[in-house]
Amino acid sequence: MTEIAQRSAVVAAQGVKVHFGAVKALDGVDLAIMSGECVGLVGHNGAGKSTIVNVINGGLNAHEGAVSYSGQSGQGIGFARVNGVRCVFQELSLSPNLTVVENTRIMHSELTGWNWRAKALGIIRAKLDEMFPGHHIECKSTVGELSIAERQMVEIAITFATVTEAPKLVILDEPTSSLDAGLARQLMDYVRTFVATGGSVLLISHILGEILSTSDRIIVMKDGKVVTSRAAADFSTKSLVEAMGSVVREQTRQTRGANASDAKPLLEAPPRRGHGLAFKAYKGEVIGLAGLGGHGQTEMLLDLYRGFSSDWFPGRDNNVAFVAGDRSLNGTFVLWSILRNLSVASLGALSKTSLVNADREAVLGAEWKKRIEIRTPDMGNPILSLSGGNQQKVLFARALATTASLVLMDDPMRGVDVGTKQEVYSILRSEAAEGRTFLWYSTEMDEIRLCDRVYVFRDGAIVAELTGDNVTEENVLAASFTGEAA
Amino acid sequence: MMGLSASTIRQIVPALSLAVLLGAVFYLQPRAMSYTGLNLLFNLAVPIALATIAQMMIIAVNDLDLSIGTFVSFAACIAATWLQTDPLIGIAMLAGAILVYAGLGVVIYLRDLPSIVVTLGMSFIWGGLAVLILPAPGGIAPEWARYLMTSKPPLVPMAIIASLIIAVIAHFIVMRTTFGVLVRGVGGNARSVERAGWSMLAIRAGAYGFAAFLAILAGILLVGLTTSADANIALRYTLLSIAGVILGGGEFVGGRVSPVGAVIGALTLTLAGSFLSFLRISPDWQIGAQGAILIIVLGLRLLLNRAEKREKGQ
Repeated sequence: MTEIAQRSAVVAAQGVKVHFGAVKALDGVDLAIMSGECVGLVGHNGAGKSTIVNVINGGLNAHEGAVSYSGQSGQGIGFARVNGVRCVFQELSLSPNLTVVENTRIMHSELTGWNWRAKALGIIRAKLDEMFPGHHIECKSTVGELSIAERQMVEIAITFATVTEAPKLVILDEPTSSLDAGLARQLMDYVRTFVATGGSVLLISHILGEILSTSDRIIVMKDGKVVTSRAAADFSTKSLVEAMGSVVREQTRQTRGANASDAKPLLEAPPRRGHGLAFKAYKGEVIGLAGLGGHGQTEMLLDLYRGFSSDWFPGRDNNVAFVAGDRSLNGTFVLWSILRNLSVASLGALSKTSLVNADREAVLGAEWKKRIEIRTPDMGNPILSLSGGNQQKVLFARALATTASLVLMDDPMRGVDVGTKQEVYSILRSEAAEGRTFLWYSTEMDEIRLCDRVYVFRDGAIVAELTGDNVTEENVLAASFTGEAA
Repeated sequence: MMGLSASTIRQIVPALSLAVLLGAVFYLQPRAMSYTGLNLLFNLAVPIALATIAQMMIIAVNDLDLSIGTFVSFAACIAATWLQTDPLIGIAMLAGAILVYAGLGVVIYLRDLPSIVVTLGMSFIWGGLAVLILPAPGGIAPEWARYLMTSKPPLVPMAIIASLIIAVIAHFIVMRTTFGVLVRGVGGNARSVERAGWSMLAIRAGAYGFAAFLAILAGILLVGLTTSADANIALRYTLLSIAGVILGGGEFVGGRVSPVGAVIGALTLTLAGSFLSFLRISPDWQIGAQGAILIIVLGLRLLLNRAEKREKGQ
């Protein structure tokens, strides 16, 4: 009992219900987060994770039930912040036109006084150094000039930074989605030290290994309810996935016969930046672009895409499709419906005498809704009514619905749940068997292992090519780090 | 070695175009290279610079104000009538106008209205009020405004000093203070500012109110220059101010603005008019030629931005 009395709940939610129209996002959620514990939160896309996060941080009021902070009940973002609740959102939420220091000022309203710039600079620089030793982020540069991984690091560091009061609860919603393995490791280590000093962390991630190794306790959500809440040690990857309700399918590697070297490659590219290996892609291959995040994989995809389509009449020949990784930046048309977002790349095939055939468009929508299970009652709903993972599914369907023979994927599975991933993987395999070629940049090792052939990138160039059974985590890591001091 | 950063280039191009244009004017008309010459070239730019900064405040929160021109005219009409005869009533009217502007910022946000439509509608209201206040051109400028605009400080002409002061103060407020950071933050990512616990209403009302204050200042100084007012005195300020912001390195969305650039943009636009007169281009063609200058400068900026991006990629 004394133990419980000392470790009071930083946040406690009781019977929280939230609904958006007919959709029940939360259907009576009870959860409490004690000080000094790291709670992992897992669940499918649309299980209600983001919604409960929004309720806890005050951005959303519960329609029923109550949330209390350290025993006091209240509502609103301001109240949650006063009680030490901070949040790193799934989509990056910094102002790209401001400098790192100015973003720090916006996030910390207690940074006042004439010399707030100097104070903010000192605080954020110290925090970045502490959390991500060896980062090369210039705090006076504008956020727009930073890479996506650096932005995520900055946002996380700003959230953990202390101006007058240390945060009591930090909610991390997919914090490592843009970070490579090394940076993710540094972040998780920091989370452990933060928890050891009495802070609490609510960690949401689709990378189960991270959840299992970092959390003290894991909460599993499904269909707007908490289904399980147990100590992390009681779970394994398998039991966790089972608790979420998706079936673990054995990933059978379809080892394809090595392409005859005399076959003509579909695509060839000389070594990038004048060194490293040349690039080749054959028909029907799934090629992985691996390596640490931000080492030139996205640039390679963009260059290939540009090479395929003319600057003046882009996309005329429909031979190449692109799946964007940063969906809010260059993926979704936020004002359009789900159907429009899906069909936009195939409008040429759907139209006759320049007019879009609405019936054929609807058929296409219905087909893909079924095929990849887009969770919506109506394809006419706005794209933003979907959860993040479902939005990404729509983008994926957009590319697959075209007749393109080459599909470029820029880390498209960011924030997509395990079940969906498995579905997409199997679609991908069958499409490849039918002769489509996939170029797949991924930061997740599980996905890289699914590829027929893998190019490992380092410093903007290809440093290794792995095929068949050589595609292993050790080999990829070894190639990513060759020549670097340990 | 170190390449120039995008923001540096954004600052340099406007200044460079102003320098080139100024050089061309001096070449065509060497007598402009004097105290009086410079003052004549630039004194009309002072109110335009203020209106441009006002427009910049609105653009910084991702809105656009199509009523700046008529609002400056309205302020000029009050300055030439009530502010001259009954200063207290005049000040009260102007303060009321600032409140209306702040209210507009709030309404546009709350009702999620397109700012272009709302301000276009408001432009007719300001225009109508200006006609009611001053049905026929006339009125008298307040003594102090007249004195301010015709003063002859030693060495550097008033127009240059005023432009510098405007640029420095605007830079301080928009780029250095918390208020400025918040306003630009709203332009860059309104959601994150809101999530950090700031009042969106207060920030937007502040940005609009500050814009109104600057526009009123522009109106008063304009009357100080022209000595009398007219309900249509500043109609062209609407488009000039937008062009000035963009010319000065600002962008329509994303909260990317530059106060120093905006002042330079306003000076460049004013100078472009004089330059074309010196070239003896007929007034019929001047507006088109002014547009051509604008396109050239903006194209130049685009090219430089692209070059900079390429540099970064390597």
